[in-house]
Amino acid sequence: MNISLNMNYMKIQKLTIALCILIFAASCGGLGSENETGTQKTTKKNKAEKEKPEADPKGIGEVENVNLTDPLNENMIESGKAIYEMKCASCHKLGQDRVVGPGFADITNRRRPEWIMNMITNTDVMLEEDPVARKMLEECLTRMPNQGLTIGDARDVLEYMRKNDMKQVGKKDQAVKDEQSS
Amino acid sequence: MTVLAVGITALLFSACKQNGSVKDATSAVKGDAAEEVYVAPGEYDEFYAFLSGGYSGNITAYGLPSGRLLKEIPVFSKYPENGYGYSEETKPFFNTSYGEVPWDDAHHIELSQTDGKFDGRWLFVNANNTPRIAKIDLQTFKTTEIIEIPDVAGLHCAPFITENSEYLVSGTRFSVPMPQKDVPIDSYKENFQGRVNYVSVDQETGEMSLSFQIQMPGFNYDLARNGKGVSHGWTFLTTYNSEEAHTMLEKNASQRDKDLMAVINWKKAEEHLEQGKGKEQKTSYYHNVMDESTGIVESEVKKSTTLLNPGDCEGMVYFVPVPKSPHGCDVSPSGEYLIGNGKLSADMTVFSFSKLKQAIENEQFAGDHNGIPIIDYEASLHGVLKEAGLGPLHTEFDGKGNAYTTFFISSEVVKWDLEETTVVDRKETYYSPGHLTIPGGETKEPYGKYLLAMNKITKDRYLPTGPELAHSAQLYNIEGEKMELILDFPTKGEPHYAQAIPADMIQPGVKKYHKLEENEHPYVAKGEGKAKVVRDGNEVHVYMTAIRSHFAPDNIEGIKMGDEVYFHVTNLEQSWDVPHGFTVQGAHEGGLLVMPGETLTLKWEPVKPGVFPFYCTDFCSALHQEMSGYVRVSPKGSDVELQWSLDEES
Ligand code: HEC
Ligand SMILES: [Cu+2]
Repeated sequence: MNISLNMNYMKIQKLTIALCILIFAASCGGLGSENETGTQKTTKKNKAEKEKPEADPKGIGEVENVNLTDPLNENMIESGKAIYEMKCASCHKLGQDRVVGPGFADITNRRRPEWIMNMITNTDVMLEEDPVARKMLEECLTRMPNQGLTIGDARDVLEYMRKNDMKQVGKKDQAVKDEQSS
Repeated sequence: MTVLAVGITALLFSACKQNGSVKDATSAVKGDAAEEVYVAPGEYDEFYAFLSGGYSGNITAYGLPSGRLLKEIPVFSKYPENGYGYSEETKPFFNTSYGEVPWDDAHHIELSQTDGKFDGRWLFVNANNTPRIAKIDLQTFKTTEIIEIPDVAGLHCAPFITENSEYLVSGTRFSVPMPQKDVPIDSYKENFQGRVNYVSVDQETGEMSLSFQIQMPGFNYDLARNGKGVSHGWTFLTTYNSEEAHTMLEKNASQRDKDLMAVINWKKAEEHLEQGKGKEQKTSYYHNVMDESTGIVESEVKKSTTLLNPGDCEGMVYFVPVPKSPHGCDVSPSGEYLIGNGKLSADMTVFSFSKLKQAIENEQFAGDHNGIPIIDYEASLHGVLKEAGLGPLHTEFDGKGNAYTTFFISSEVVKWDLEETTVVDRKETYYSPGHLTIPGGETKEPYGKYLLAMNKITKDRYLPTGPELAHSAQLYNIEGEKMELILDFPTKGEPHYAQAIPADMIQPGVKKYHKLEENEHPYVAKGEGKAKVVRDGNEVHVYMTAIRSHFAPDNIEGIKMGDEVYFHVTNLEQSWDVPHGFTVQGAHEGGLLVMPGETLTLKWEPVKPGVFPFYCTDFCSALHQEMSGYVRVSPKGSDVELQWSLDEES
């Protein structure tokens, strides 16, 4: 310890903590999520293996299988948009930028639909037990709240996310397609 | 003379207490008492106990047997802790025909009943000073309604519930000129009257409405209970001051050897009402109801009541004599026994309902009071519990044939056999208990197990806190033949009465948050995109949202001196236990504590130009300190435009 510098130990500890927070916060920001998206295809599997071998790409919760259909269902999109605006928009924007939580752009290409819906409806368990969600929490420091959505509501929001991905990055559902192709 | 004797005994008693109390109390506790009240961390209590707060105006919820304070529920008093009575939504709760009355003296708890048993739907409590009855919703533990009771004074005798929550019955503690008018006080006998009031309860919503009142002689109506089982349909009210004295009641209202207990057949009253015997009376009283979908309290002024006069309504009202100034009558679980608590008499009078009814049928009357028949005392008597202690006050039951009575003057609880009217056991209390409660002890099927005595005098029970002390309560295990003192804890305000109910009758239905979709507040912002600021003359309405850990908007400019700013804060969270607080520098109306999905409004009138912070007062998240914003106030007539933003986006 740098006690010779005549600085009080507590102060240093506080400083270190503050610094750590800063670093984490930055990695939760736009940069962090961009990185993750950019290297998605090549690193996703490796990363999962390295961290926790048993990480389930579908997450943990009631949602085990989601049937993605095309073309997009406009009724679901409309309902999903309304829910998003009321219950999510204060923390998630539609683009890449993080506000409180990560921006939603590209999410269906990064995460499986089951994972997304479990994250929305089984939030507390996901934040405790799912390694990917847990890591995000460690970076963002704010707990994503369970916003009381039913499975049906979450499915509507997912449909809206798929539409948003087409608009933001020109492709959707890539997380499922990747899995199928590998 | 008797009064003096009693006073001296009381003195002697408290003198003894002063000397050896710590020792006495310790030796009164068995070795395994701690185990009996220990609720391990993470585990729950077996019962909710709701204690009235007396002059705090509020109610507290405790867990039994641990004595953990779970919550203080504000009812008749403003409560800065959560903004109750400060928020624009809740201010109208205090509207009365006397203007705004943001305080009262809350006495008796009544849990709603179905078939003579607690059902866990609502809780009712009375305000003594400015007569009112409030309803608390047991899903949210929030006050949702307050009704004023007109033409009475001192609503001590309230709000006693009937077997199926048909009515909340109350009586006037003080008789007053009727209608209220400027008359000499010594014209009491000529001008003063009493009222017994029947407030009906809507079985769907719990909404109260003053159904009818009964005109009564100018006595002091003290306490009441309704019949159950065999005596369902009847109300029994103890009274004092049958002398109709108006001064030095201490002496003048205790002249007679016996006072009168009123016996009212309310089913008969309903029949008379149906036959059109009720007379419209002009009056004025407030009814304040919270709309569940908005959280907004609306006041309505009611202009008349329906009055029944016993003279026109045969078979509706009787009296029966009871020993001197009884304080309350309690009805046994079967409904057969009515216990008159002597207060100034050492005896407890036990009436038999079936004998009473028989006496009415046989017209065994010993005269009348203003035409109201007085039933023969001997003919209705079941027995007398002789000299069980000094100053008997209140009685409850264990459902196993025993009654338990507090004795104020001799500081004890006495267990006695109802059928035999003999004492079974007695235990000291510390000191001078008022009411006691046994879970379900007032119903057809008491749960028994525990007895909580609420004491009026604390003295040396706890570490001293100066001249002013918290009132003490003591918990006894009553499962065995002998009562065991197992816990002692301080309480809030002056608990008068309490009722306790098994936790599993409430816990499963407790609401965890308000659904945003169901929020119909006129100033709700359902989503951050709906946040905005709107000027309407000198009123500025801020539609604000709160979520961990920011407000939207968080920069507001264009407020001018002379504006009234209304911050309507909607908490967008949708999970349990994530309230957000809101306050702004210099706020005269305290702060808000907004539950998830709820909208609450704080009114703010700036007093000087400048830039003032607002912030979240609830430690809601790791970034709670960051949850803040600024409002800029400009001089009157300034040309700063109204604008608002979050993260520099409008
Ligand atoms: C109070 C802010 C907040 C609200 C409101 C919120 N979230 Fe989140 N959300 C977060 C945070 C923060 C994270 C990152 C994980 C963490 O720290 O808990 C997150 C993570 C997510 C993720 C994973 C993102 C990714 O890149 O993998 C999804 C999906 C998500 N939220 C969906 C939603 C939906 C849908 C709603 C509305 C129903 C919503 N969130 C409401 C804060 C919020
Ligand atoms: Cu907050």
